[in-house]
Amino acid sequence: MKYLEEYRDAALVRRVLDEIAATVTGEWTLMEICGGQTHSLVRSGLDRMLPPGLNLLHGPGCPVCITPLEMIDRALAIAAREDVIVASYGDMLRVPGTSGDLMGVRSTGADVRVVYSPLDAVTLARENPDREVVFFAIGFETTAPANAMSVLQAERLGLENFSVLVSQATVPAAIRAIMSRPGGRVEAFLAAGHVCTVMGWSEYEPLAEEFSLPIVVTGFEPLDLARGIAAAVHQLEAGRAEVENAYGRAVSREGNREARELIDRVFEPCDRTWRGIGTIAMSGLGLRPEFTRFDAIERFAVSEIDSAESQICIAGEILQGRKKPIDCPAFGTDCTPATPLGATMVSSEGACAAYYRYGRREGAGS
Amino acid sequence: MNGTDPTLPDCPLPHSHRGRIILGHGSGGLLTGELIEHLFRPAFANPLLERGDDAAVADLPGELAAGGRLAISTDAHIVQPLEFPGGDIGRLAVCGTVNDLAMVGARPLWLTATFVIEEGFATARLERLVASMQAAAEEAGVAIVAGDTKVTGRGLADGVYISTAGIGVVPPDCETGGALAEPGDLVLCSGTLGDHGIAVLAARGELAFETAIASDIAPLNGLVETIYETGAAVHTLRDPTRGGAAAALCEIARQSGVAIILEEAALPVRPAVAGACEMLGFDPLHVANEGKLLALVPEAEAPAVLAAMRAHSLGHEAALIGRVEAEPPGRVVLETTIGGTRIVDMPAGELLPRIC
Repeated sequence: MKYLEEYRDAALVRRVLDEIAATVTGEWTLMEICGGQTHSLVRSGLDRMLPPGLNLLHGPGCPVCITPLEMIDRALAIAAREDVIVASYGDMLRVPGTSGDLMGVRSTGADVRVVYSPLDAVTLARENPDREVVFFAIGFETTAPANAMSVLQAERLGLENFSVLVSQATVPAAIRAIMSRPGGRVEAFLAAGHVCTVMGWSEYEPLAEEFSLPIVVTGFEPLDLARGIAAAVHQLEAGRAEVENAYGRAVSREGNREARELIDRVFEPCDRTWRGIGTIAMSGLGLRPEFTRFDAIERFAVSEIDSAESQICIAGEILQGRKKPIDCPAFGTDCTPATPLGATMVSSEGACAAYYRYGRREGAGS
Repeated sequence: MNGTDPTLPDCPLPHSHRGRIILGHGSGGLLTGELIEHLFRPAFANPLLERGDDAAVADLPGELAAGGRLAISTDAHIVQPLEFPGGDIGRLAVCGTVNDLAMVGARPLWLTATFVIEEGFATARLERLVASMQAAAEEAGVAIVAGDTKVTGRGLADGVYISTAGIGVVPPDCETGGALAEPGDLVLCSGTLGDHGIAVLAARGELAFETAIASDIAPLNGLVETIYETGAAVHTLRDPTRGGAAAALCEIARQSGVAIILEEAALPVRPAVAGACEMLGFDPLHVANEGKLLALVPEAEAPAVLAAMRAHSLGHEAALIGRVEAEPPGRVVLETTIGGTRIVDMPAGELLPRIC
């Protein structure tokens, strides 16, 4: 496939890996923020081809993993109502709430649909005027423009039966939170290329300066990742701390202005809870007051949600880069993709799922 | 066809039933007889079915006397939509059981077919599916010799479910099974992976884009015969249906206690299937096939088998995709295009498209 195979070329990847090996003199800890990058690293085996001394931590950039348990329980409660169709991205269906997941409530008769775009949920609302359609709008800055668009579209069509359950998060606030916590080990970040496609990279410049932190905008293919890592290592070895773009074919400094404007029109920054991590100030996006009539939380008063996390699951520490999936006593035993205890085992972007699926178990993987 | 079910009430015969299956068609009465006489019997016409008794009675195949063994298999089929590019539930029902028999080296002989039909199903559509079954049976050289029909109330079944069972005969000298793979074997794949799964997904309208992918459904017993004609000692055959090649190979690795090492760059995947998988976050190794087989054969015999597969109409795109080693036992390891390695595991459940 054009524009993909070139970035999976063994010889090109090898050349960049050799360059990394020739550059590294000390021990460095990098974090890739995005779960899609975690999967690509593990899926291609790139994480094991890096020189010793280079430690990659997996960040909290999986929107499914960080969606608060309380929000999932809320979605489950809304989905159980007879007059409601809940629409969501496929990954969300198996994320465990306190007592089950959306797939489970579907099996007991709830109407839960997988959509590929929030606009499909708007179409559902138009086609089912006698039902309430609730779109579970999760994601980072990547999904925010389309999610915003769905609200605007519903408004334009005058739909009274469409609402969104919003759980949007933003990356820079997460980087700040990770760097501000005591005992943090991260010395450089690979920023998520697709987030920067929308947002550009100027908002990372204050972070690079404040924390003396190299931040490299990085793509998702093995060659992209190798280049991002190489750029970060060059900066670390040279004692530089800048925002650098290693994903030039998709990202510009300004990002996508139309998409950013869409986000700003519908959403505003707010505090939010990150599952497993806690509340991070101004790290989320909520509906602006003029759109609260599309807010599913306002529309469906759900009481008596008693959310309780698994006592064993260490997803929070994994999401903050303090631990790796194999450090968890339940990993691969009590917790597997078929019986997940936490969201990091469910999502196709979750670090635990990546480790499990691609055999990063004790002694496995040759 | 024996369609008697005393628990179902005898339906009156409303004039409006023409063109639709009604509960009475499963009652065992006149309507059942009509369905058998006018639809099933003419379509599946063969001497064993012709007798119209409660069971088909067949002569023992000659191979049995010479030390051959019987192979028996059964398979239920549900799929939505019932018809999709490249096939339909009828063709699927025949090929599913024929292929299960072929994978143990058997020559499939007879099938039975059970239809569970939802009230209101269009008779013309049933006719189409039955004709498709017969066409597939003729391709495979098998006869559908017995069957049954039940009709459920509206809303209690998804159009039609078809279950088939089959009997085949394994030649005396044939030893093929999932536990017989050995270090030193090579892994051959008869063609492109993932066509069926993506074709059905696209036909459901669940892809946000159009694809021209057709399902690969086909009876594989002819291809298997071609493989055996090379004289090779075929250790293992498997058709990678649900769960895809990953599930099939994981099973073989566990059954045989061996490691299977795959080469990512050698996996045959159509660009359109690879593209759909990229967009949805699927692994082509996890996507279903219905007309492909994996053959594990000793290295020395692999070139002849591969050449024979490629000369067959169902194996033009056959490829050598991996090898069997001793370590790590029970594992499937993929050597990635960039030179890394990773474990290939069974898919966890339903394939779910990713968020971004």
